[in-house]
Amino acid sequence: MIPELGHFTLILALLLAIAQAVFSLGGAARRHAGWMAAGRSAVVGQFVFVALSFAALTYAFVQRDFSVLYVATNSNSELPTFYRVAAVWGAHEGSLLLWSLSLAIWSLAATALSGSLDLPFRSRVIGILGLISIGFLLFMLTTSNPFERLVPAASDGNDLNPLLQDFALAIHPPILYMGYVGFAVAFAFACATLLEGRLDAAWARWTRPWTLAAWLCLTIGIALGSWWAYYELGWGGWWFWDPVENASFMPWLAGTALIHSLAVTEKRGLFKSWTLLLAVTAFSLSLLGTFLVRSGVLISVHAFATDPARGIFILGFLTAVIGGALLLYAWRAPQLKSSAGFEVTSRESFLLFNNAFLVAALGLILLGTLYPLFMDALELGKISVGPPYFELVFLVPMLPLLALLGVGMHAAWKRGLLSGARNRLLAIGGTALVVSLVAGAAVYGEIRPLTTIGFALALWVMGSSLAILVARLRARLPIPGAVLGMVIAHFGVGVSTLGITGVQSFKIEKDVALAVGEAATVADYDFRLTALRDVKGPNFLAVEADVVVSRAGQQVTILHPQKRLYNSGGNPMTEAGIEVGAGRDLFAALGDDLGQGRWSLRLQYKPLIRYIWLGALLIALGGGIAAFDRRYRRRAESTVAATEAAATTGRR
Amino acid sequence: MKIPVRFVVPAIVFAALVGFFIVGLRLNPGEIQSPLIGKPAPAFSLESLGDPSSKVSSTDFSGQAWLLNVWATWCAGCRQEHETLLAIARENRVPMLGLNWRDDRALASRWLAQLGNPYVSVAFDPEGRTAIDWGVYGAPETFLIAADGTVLQKHIGTMSLAVWERDFVPLLAPAGEG
Repeated sequence: MIPELGHFTLILALLLAIAQAVFSLGGAARRHAGWMAAGRSAVVGQFVFVALSFAALTYAFVQRDFSVLYVATNSNSELPTFYRVAAVWGAHEGSLLLWSLSLAIWSLAATALSGSLDLPFRSRVIGILGLISIGFLLFMLTTSNPFERLVPAASDGNDLNPLLQDFALAIHPPILYMGYVGFAVAFAFACATLLEGRLDAAWARWTRPWTLAAWLCLTIGIALGSWWAYYELGWGGWWFWDPVENASFMPWLAGTALIHSLAVTEKRGLFKSWTLLLAVTAFSLSLLGTFLVRSGVLISVHAFATDPARGIFILGFLTAVIGGALLLYAWRAPQLKSSAGFEVTSRESFLLFNNAFLVAALGLILLGTLYPLFMDALELGKISVGPPYFELVFLVPMLPLLALLGVGMHAAWKRGLLSGARNRLLAIGGTALVVSLVAGAAVYGEIRPLTTIGFALALWVMGSSLAILVARLRARLPIPGAVLGMVIAHFGVGVSTLGITGVQSFKIEKDVALAVGEAATVADYDFRLTALRDVKGPNFLAVEADVVVSRAGQQVTILHPQKRLYNSGGNPMTEAGIEVGAGRDLFAALGDDLGQGRWSLRLQYKPLIRYIWLGALLIALGGGIAAFDRRYRRRAESTVAATEAAATTGRR
Repeated sequence: MKIPVRFVVPAIVFAALVGFFIVGLRLNPGEIQSPLIGKPAPAFSLESLGDPSSKVSSTDFSGQAWLLNVWATWCAGCRQEHETLLAIARENRVPMLGLNWRDDRALASRWLAQLGNPYVSVAFDPEGRTAIDWGVYGAPETFLIAADGTVLQKHIGTMSLAVWERDFVPLLAPAGEG
């Protein structure tokens, strides 16, 4: 009964999404206030019904209703309650429902908080969000109904994929989807602007906090995914350049470019059509990711069960949404004029470089991700593009990006770098380089060019971020949320760079075969296998090892890596044993039983790896602080004029 | 009104991408993952599980189609699919050879005695060398080998009757001809 209600509320949500699109867009075109009001009401109704539908599916999981096909396929009676809830989005159908719920939440928020916007414009935004909603609800109802019954009911379910039975991965999809889907708001703002054919600075100011909010969710989501891959996949890697990872990383890059380009559009009224294109691109890449993951055109370890009918539906939807937006762009964007000029060392030109490098990295990653598909489609053979390509094409634009980032933050709008800032930056840059050389030699005992550059850039970015705060405090200037957010986020970029450089330069990995009592040495740490025992979890059996780690005779820690066999079958799962430290992680993963009491073990020494995720959290925190800057809550006034005035009077 | 080219470029690039996706949907990139399919089955000759003095080899069934099922007593999925394997064996359409992988001879023999034996014969591969040749990376896995010795199908994970009917049965010659 409850599943049928869930199905029914999903159909009602679709009808309301149609009403939302028709009344909002139609009302805006006809200037009919009643229609536009009806469109807004439909947003609320749609949210309520999607939420009810989601609750119905969750209820089916919690109640172990194995007469629902999706529940029977993705959970079983032994699965702990927490994971039964997480199993709602553990596979294709339910994750689409999560997508829709996320879109409904964003739509509701955008409707509730856009009261001060021009009414027709606001309605167009709501209408476009409605169109996107229609697509997803229709997709679910026609090809991927999560409420389909299983007759006769199964006595017990299969299981949630054991890889997904993990805390970080349970909360990873909701956060990631909030990010993906959040770009829909910026997309809707861009399309509404193109429909009206005019763009004022208020547009950019309105779009900024929404984009920041979506982008910070995506940042956290990606960081969680990376952290999970590190401790769960058993290889100790933190990024694999897998198509699905790229699918989440590309919208992030586009979103990063967008929040920077929006700053220029808001403050100076420049880059208008470029900013619109980025807003369209960021969401398009989110949709593209959805298509790539679910259609089976690319191979990935994370891919959902694929089905050509689904692929065709998403492709049609993708073509309609993205194609429509890009045609609208081609038609209307030429009418938007940017008229102001700026100097080479002004903040505008640094942000232009930022965008150029980010988009270059994005384009090359997109090319690498789709290259196997191109080759296959052109019958040039089946190939796969590996990490060496991606690392190179990512590194090359990132090095100059980081170098310029430190300067760009200190540059003034329109006029360029002030002489006080110039001396300060030279000092920071020099110090960063010297410290990097000395620290590399002292701590790790060798000097390598790329490592030195990486550490120097990390210190440079961190130092020049802090220098902004110091300069403001000294001059007794206020520190608004936007500035504080920028400083924290950029400091986070430096912290992540530090982590990436450290782990890529000095990580040590060793695969060994040990019997109980034997030891292996990794980077002056002794890893001794002291015991093996069987452990019983709620729904799995595991072999757990005690690995005593000591250094110079002193015991550091005992690691407990596990090899788990879930009762539902499938491949054995690795649970790595990790000792977290400020300077390094010590990592042990159990491999295979080699017989005669010997086990293969993967031992790793991972310097500074924590800083990768710590930096990501700081980036997200900075985005959050900037999103809540007070000026976004004021009613629109021309920021461009204020910036012009400030540039003329020399005040910053 | 004339539209400058640079504003149309995004739409054109996207149209080209869509073209590739349409082609891509018809292709199956997964083919690359089972390099064995369509290739001759890797040969082996191993001790029989029940009788160390006799050999079980990949040529035992040459001239007819056969199944190879990779299993072990430590593998929970194997326990789960056992009923299905017995049902498939009862159909009597195609002989099934078991590859006992990285296992203990006594435990494996007891397992078959207790749960029933779907296999015509079982090869004993304690070190997993043959399994490596076959590209096995987790038990259970099931292969279908044609009469001419080429690998026709591979299923990774627990075998179910649904998978059997969908992926395997259509590849078997109609009953009576084989």
